[in-house]
Amino acid sequence: MTEKIAFERPKPLADRATHYCPGCSHGIVHRLVAETLQDMDLVENTIAVSAIGCSVFLYNYIMVDTVEAPHGRAPAVATGVKRARPDRFVFTYQGDGDLASIGMAEIMHCANRGERVSVVFVNNTIYGMTGGQMAPTTLVGQKTTTCPSGRCRDSEGMPIRMAEIIASLGGTAYASRVAVDTIKHLNQAKKALRKAFEVQVNGLGFGFVEFLATCPTNWKMSSIDANKRIAEEMIPYFPLGDFKDVTTGKGVC
Amino acid sequence: MSRVVFLKERCKGCLLCTQVCPKGIIALSGEMNQQGYKIVEVAPGKMEQCTGCASCAMICPDTVITVYKTVKPGQPVKPGEPGEEVARVNG
Repeated sequence: MTEKIAFERPKPLADRATHYCPGCSHGIVHRLVAETLQDMDLVENTIAVSAIGCSVFLYNYIMVDTVEAPHGRAPAVATGVKRARPDRFVFTYQGDGDLASIGMAEIMHCANRGERVSVVFVNNTIYGMTGGQMAPTTLVGQKTTTCPSGRCRDSEGMPIRMAEIIASLGGTAYASRVAVDTIKHLNQAKKALRKAFEVQVNGLGFGFVEFLATCPTNWKMSSIDANKRIAEEMIPYFPLGDFKDVTTGKGVC
Repeated sequence: MSRVVFLKERCKGCLLCTQVCPKGIIALSGEMNQQGYKIVEVAPGKMEQCTGCASCAMICPDTVITVYKTVKPGQPVKPGEPGEEVARVNG
């Protein structure tokens, strides 16, 4: 009987163990990025910009040329890289502590200028690497080490919805929010990621994808419970879908 | 027969694959790897139920799983498909 390989590790993904905790969504997002680069035949032509956070070791896991940016400044570094080498494909890979907090100015202006770069934004509602502090995306009532009785709306405000903010900026060509908790959502995530990469390749503008991800260790949950929390608590506040897409005219004024 | 192969040393025992398998054949094995994680396996004798849907491999954060899917007789692997060059005959 003949058989074919239905699934194997994509070639741009390094054949080594990651430093991520069991059940961490970073591994899934890394694989989606590697698969999309491979499918679009961009691997040899890509310069990645990695950020600070758990994803800081991106260059150990995705075998493309990578620039390490200071905390939050990945979109600014990517702007420089893309303007110096406009023939290259440039993407940044950032977490929510990096992009939505210290890097807010850089991401807003990068999107507003319509830089031809793509941003992979992993939102797990917490600072993972530094030990579980409150992030701008932490949900109201969520307990972290810096809000041990839960985030309070009166003193800390509401979680920031980044995909909607980026979609409202003029230079954005594509802004979407996806999740990585189920197979259905994974398929949608891969399509969204491909579109965010395509708008850069086609020179249409800035591409942005927000991934709703888990952090089982800092949420103090098992991997399975953490995965369920995405559907139960995160998706109701962070709705999935495309918020802007210049190729279909959605969200374009 | 479709089948899955686990790279045991990479498994961290997060059990996400056990939740998405439509046949429910993946379970904790009781075995431990060198990293010290309890790893998963397909329960003995249940591999025949595998459909090769690759759901387990898609959700795995550590790309532990490789999926082999049976090609039905008279349904050759299409040119250009990822599995083309590795289609082979099982003894």
